Amino acid sequence: MNKIALVLKREFLTRVQKKTFLLVTIGLPILIFGIYAAIIYFSINSTSSTRIMVVDNAGLFKDTIAPSTGEIQYEFNQQTTQKALADKAKNKEIDGYIVIAENATLNDKIDLVTGKKIGMVTRSKIKDDIQSRLQKLKMDALPINQDLLAKAKTNNEVDIVNVNDKNDSGIQAGVSYGVGMVCGILIYMILLLYGTSVMRGVMEEKISRVAEIVVSSIKPFQLMMGKILGIGAVGLLQFLIWIVLGIGLKLLLIPILFSGGGQELTAGGNASQMQEVFAALGTINFPLILSMFFIYFIGGYLLYASLFAAIGCTVSDGQQDAQGLQLPVTLPIIFAFVIMMQAVNNPTGGLSVFGSLFPLTSPIVMMARVAQGVPEAVTVWELILSLMLLFGSFLFTTWFAGKIYRTGILMYGKKPTWKELIKWAFRKN
Amino acid sequence: MAILELAHLKKYYATQKAVDDISFKIEAGQIFGLLGPNGAGKTTLLRMITGIFYPDEGSILFDGKKFDPENDIKHIGYMPEERGLYKKMKIGDQALFLAQLKGLSYQEAMTKIKFWFERLDMQSWWNKKVEDLSKGMSQKLQFVITVLHEPKLIILDEPFSGLDPVNANLIKDQIFELAKKGSTIIFSTHRMEQVEEICDQIALINLGKKVLEGSVTDVRQQFKEHLYELKLGSTEQVPPTSIFETVSQSSDKLIVRINEGHQGNDLLRYFIDQQIQVEHFSEILPSLNDIFIRLVHGTAAVTRSFHKI
Repeated sequence: MNKIALVLKREFLTRVQKKTFLLVTIGLPILIFGIYAAIIYFSINSTSSTRIMVVDNAGLFKDTIAPSTGEIQYEFNQQTTQKALADKAKNKEIDGYIVIAENATLNDKIDLVTGKKIGMVTRSKIKDDIQSRLQKLKMDALPINQDLLAKAKTNNEVDIVNVNDKNDSGIQAGVSYGVGMVCGILIYMILLLYGTSVMRGVMEEKISRVAEIVVSSIKPFQLMMGKILGIGAVGLLQFLIWIVLGIGLKLLLIPILFSGGGQELTAGGNASQMQEVFAALGTINFPLILSMFFIYFIGGYLLYASLFAAIGCTVSDGQQDAQGLQLPVTLPIIFAFVIMMQAVNNPTGGLSVFGSLFPLTSPIVMMARVAQGVPEAVTVWELILSLMLLFGSFLFTTWFAGKIYRTGILMYGKKPTWKELIKWAFRKN
Repeated sequence: MAILELAHLKKYYATQKAVDDISFKIEAGQIFGLLGPNGAGKTTLLRMITGIFYPDEGSILFDGKKFDPENDIKHIGYMPEERGLYKKMKIGDQALFLAQLKGLSYQEAMTKIKFWFERLDMQSWWNKKVEDLSKGMSQKLQFVITVLHEPKLIILDEPFSGLDPVNANLIKDQIFELAKKGSTIIFSTHRMEQVEEICDQIALINLGKKVLEGSVTDVRQQFKEHLYELKLGSTEQVPPTSIFETVSQSSDKLIVRINEGHQGNDLLRYFIDQQIQVEHFSEILPSLNDIFIRLVHGTAAVTRSFHKI
């Protein structure tokens, strides 16, 4: 036991003391955050604006199509001739123009001539603008009471209320969906990232031939467990740092965002919706989700790490060898991700229930279901059964991998086949 | 007392008999040479002695008791042929880690590492990484790591490969020193001249079986071909006689084989009677290298690894 701790300590320290650890742990979230911020920033403050000249000889649009935004401006101009406009468009002085013939009616085709390429989004926005303007004008022309028409056109609010789950309604469901998805994706990434990290560690030990020196001092199983636990501890530390960072950012950013941004949102009429989202976030059982997250993180990691260790120890010359053998282990993880996408939509469906019980997929799928509420989406016994299966199979894979490991770590030369690996696992010593 | 006693040790792999019924004894304080061509089963044998593999059959007695890898491992130091260290780890930390794995406490390990680093002039290496070391330097480090915990039994697999003569001598002196202090050393190699120089006792392994065992002098005596080298005062032809046959002659140097029933003195007496001056007379004992080649030759040792059983 003491020797496992020694290996664990080495694995942990050599990874944490590296400069790249801090860089990745703190840099990565900032990078991801930055990319999202940039995407949002650019999508709001679109730099390119499209100017469209409208020569409305029939007075069809009644001098307006839509209020000008940063993105699209409609400029009405009666003086210019079509010829001059076409020249201007050719010289790219204007982006596009619309000419309405004098005898045109509301039902006629509208031609937009452009001088430059206009993006898909802008195109459909222009179409929408024109169509809704024309529609409104057509409605206005109808010989009926406009107030009644407006009333007839309003949308009714439709609220979905689950009698068994007061939280399964409206925005609430959307928020659970999001939280479940995020948790599932995180576990998915953890399994792949730390799993391959274990695999690479084992390969490195084998290829550099340290393994033989180490196993002349301790049992191969102790070396394997020490490595798995050490890398797992690095992962946990990384998550703790992220949680602390997250809480810190929340405390820092929310006041900043909502002191200035709050009014804007109110002005935009979205305040009530935002508040609802926050209210929904508030009702999510975060302590439950966090603790489940850590339990499935640990269980899933231990399950897969030992398999990845077994793969790593069969490799003797490098990365290429690992690719082929790695596939059967990464496949269930990807499979689990697919089921998880199903489970967020339909947490009680057959596939979701199976996926959340089957130990190779349960860490990812169950997180998506748990976010939708216990016991509403997941019954307590399902949760217990899933955990028992997960930790039971963790014991099995560790035993299995340990057997392969002790043979493989000192075996050089030919790449073993899966059949041989299974033979290694079931033979004595 | 024998520190290590192997009895009918066997280890079979699916396609070959790596170790096939090997028995021998190593007395405490000896330097024991384990010889054999590539693929003879040396490494497998050593791995069984170090507790990495379990033998399929047979028994190992360590220090008079049944070998118990769990506890006896800390009395063994093993330097495998394929050297390996953590490339990115600092040398001091690395030595500390491996020493602690052998069961030393942090304090003990520190003291011993300092002692050895000083002794082999390595103090300045502490904060370097293995990847910054030359091959010879990492070899020295590997040696230190092997003997750091003062094992009773030290197993060195090709300890001098890649070392320059100066460093090789340095390590050789340390080996003698350790043996003098009571450590037993198993020295596995196929470099025979080193064996002659260092080892007290040898065993030759081929095709997983023990071919030969004994002290270096005994073995050489056993394989002698009754060859003698003479330097004569005159260069004239030696008249033929029934005492010996001339094997080769070049200027004043003569190599002869004494026929059965005669001894060195008969040869000398013959030359004295012939009034030929003998300036130099010595017996030629076969080198271990010759014995090795003679025993291994023709057994297809090289292709052995592909044999089916």
